[in-house]
Amino acid sequence: MAISPPAERVWWREKIHREELVWIIVAFLWGLVMFFMMIYWHIVGQQNLSNETYRVTPEAFAAKADAMIAKYTVRDDNGIPVVKPPAGSDVYLIARVWLWYPHLELEKGQSYRLHLSSMDYQHGFSLQPVNLNIQVQPGYEMVLTLTPSSAGEFGVVCNEYCGLGHHTMVGKIFVVDRKPAI
Amino acid sequence: MAQEMFRICPTTGLRVDLRAQALIKWNAVAGIVFLAIGGLFGLSVALTRWPAVHLLPADWFYLALTAHGLDVLLLWIIFFEIAVLYFAGAILLGSRIAAPRVAWAAFVLMLVGGLTTNVAVLQGGSTVMFTSYVPMKAAPHFYLGLILFAVGALTACGVFFGTLVVAREERTYNGSIPLVTFGALTAAIIAVFTLACGAIILIPTFLWSVGIVHAIDPLMYKLIWWGMGHSSQQINVSAHVAIWYAIAAIVLGAKPLSEKVSRAAFLLYIFFLQLASAHHLLVEPGVSSEWKIFNTSYAMYLAVLGSMIHGMTVPGSIEAAQRAKGFNRGLFQWLRKAPWGNPAFAGMFMSLVMFGFLGGISGVVMGTEQINLMMHNTLYVPGHFHGTVVAGTTLAFMAVTYLLIPLIFQREVRFPRLAQWQPYIFAIGVMGISLFMMGAGTLGVPRRHWDITFADALTKYQFPPAAYLMLALNGLSAICAALGGFLYVLIAVSSVFFGKRIGDAPAAAPAKPAARPPVAPVGTYGSAGTLHIPGTVVLVGVFFVSFVLYYFVNWKYLAEIWPLR
Repeated sequence: MAISPPAERVWWREKIHREELVWIIVAFLWGLVMFFMMIYWHIVGQQNLSNETYRVTPEAFAAKADAMIAKYTVRDDNGIPVVKPPAGSDVYLIARVWLWYPHLELEKGQSYRLHLSSMDYQHGFSLQPVNLNIQVQPGYEMVLTLTPSSAGEFGVVCNEYCGLGHHTMVGKIFVVDRKPAI
Repeated sequence: MAQEMFRICPTTGLRVDLRAQALIKWNAVAGIVFLAIGGLFGLSVALTRWPAVHLLPADWFYLALTAHGLDVLLLWIIFFEIAVLYFAGAILLGSRIAAPRVAWAAFVLMLVGGLTTNVAVLQGGSTVMFTSYVPMKAAPHFYLGLILFAVGALTACGVFFGTLVVAREERTYNGSIPLVTFGALTAAIIAVFTLACGAIILIPTFLWSVGIVHAIDPLMYKLIWWGMGHSSQQINVSAHVAIWYAIAAIVLGAKPLSEKVSRAAFLLYIFFLQLASAHHLLVEPGVSSEWKIFNTSYAMYLAVLGSMIHGMTVPGSIEAAQRAKGFNRGLFQWLRKAPWGNPAFAGMFMSLVMFGFLGGISGVVMGTEQINLMMHNTLYVPGHFHGTVVAGTTLAFMAVTYLLIPLIFQREVRFPRLAQWQPYIFAIGVMGISLFMMGAGTLGVPRRHWDITFADALTKYQFPPAAYLMLALNGLSAICAALGGFLYVLIAVSSVFFGKRIGDAPAAAPAKPAARPPVAPVGTYGSAGTLHIPGTVVLVGVFFVSFVLYYFVNWKYLAEIWPLR
């Protein structure tokens, strides 16, 4: 029994029962499938997180964001600027207690280089209802290429606890259809 | 060694070291007290998440959430695990416990540490969540308490290792250590790695909190902290799998199908489970995809392989034992005729099933590098780990308590009718908690969030009505689980203090070799009739099909979200 020493003293010489052996092989192969599935998705899949990251100070990151805001702000949303950067450009999104700054307006089907960093604690970039979730760290600037594939108004909920006002930290991304060329 | 240090257990014939017995008793009781406290915090968290109830104000919600994680995930589970280690070491081997004074010192350190951190949290200045991610700073005694607790637990592991050495030197058993002790040894080895990680990161963080260290890198903190935080869940897995084997053996006389396979599966845990820190860094900046893929899969899912093996060999050994007793009709007579009225067996089997189907499958899917993008930090995460540490570990610990009360506490279980129902009530509640939180998570609801209506927020976001329904169902399930938890605490505590005493066997009973089975082992390896386990093959097949389908369904969902690279 499992609570007493093995009945066979040389238990490591026992033959493995067929039903167990088959299951071990099936489970092992399934593990390989799952392992190579992640690599396969890096080759053919469209949803892979970027590996591009830089160390950055909060001041330097805020300066880059401010420059973008000064150049491309199109309107105001409850006191927060809404920025419409050109397609393909670098877009900076600041996370800080308890604000995503600024709000963004992007075009559907266009790609943007989105830069994420925090000014203080850790935050969680949770794009809803797409349900795309990325951790945002202070001192690190992550750069990912994002292509909105649906139009509408999207919320950026903070999903990493960042203090007592955490639940008030919501940002916005507006995705508009591309204007036809005239 | 004086003979009067031991008594012979009348039910099992085990030789029980009285000092080990006292240590087991107090560690288990301390664990149960923290379970009661942490469980109440958990209930208040679930009732706050339920938007129609919204019980606590924001600051209390975050405080309760911090305390809930600390008290149940760390204190309840580790205290009880130390009791399990002493049981699997001293009692199952029929040995004296090594260095009992050191073991008491370890207990005191753990208790003082646990209380210190609890005080820090309740004072309100350390609402940093259980994970205490830097640069968010808690009060210095928050970290200090955790360090003391870790040192105490590490010392207790040392006592367990010492007991193994003593038992071997004094030849209290023949051959190899029992499988259950082997599983406990696995847990203790992983615990050393885990607690060392905790010390490595918490000591500098403590120094940072008192101003001696200038800064702690948040990514480094997270990597090493989860070397403790996630690996400690692997202590739980090893411990509760060992308990599954123990309960199957004690209640049904089940014998492992193959010692070699079951032990090899535990060995896979030791080699590979430590890589799990990566599960928390899958959507983090600054860590490469290659690193994430290798580590998150425990080097090609070799630790998952270990769990899948136990997932077959535990029910398989039960089926073999039941068939040997004559429950041979059809595929499932062995299961239908199992002792479902015995809370130890019922709790153990539900723990096994829910750990596999809820905690196991969701954990592997969520731990897939790209799929994690849809789940990271949503309520799916607590949904997953309530399937592992509550439905799996806590339920298994509750189940084994019903065996420890007569064996170690020498009392009859009080309220036997209630005790029969207790595992079911708790299991149904936990199943709901796990499923509905996962459901809310797939709808994007964040974890650790006071108000998903965003009533106080400048900018709003509207979650779908289904998310509100999920949170309401989660609240109802939490009430059910809390009732089950309350019954457990009631039964355990009142049995320990007021249960009818059970006498000892005459001291003249033979002492060596100890650890004799309560009933003869059913069938030996290779004997006909015991080793065909068609029912288990069907159960495992159902599990495998569910696993594969759920896995690929999630890849399909992933393919539909915004492209990113």
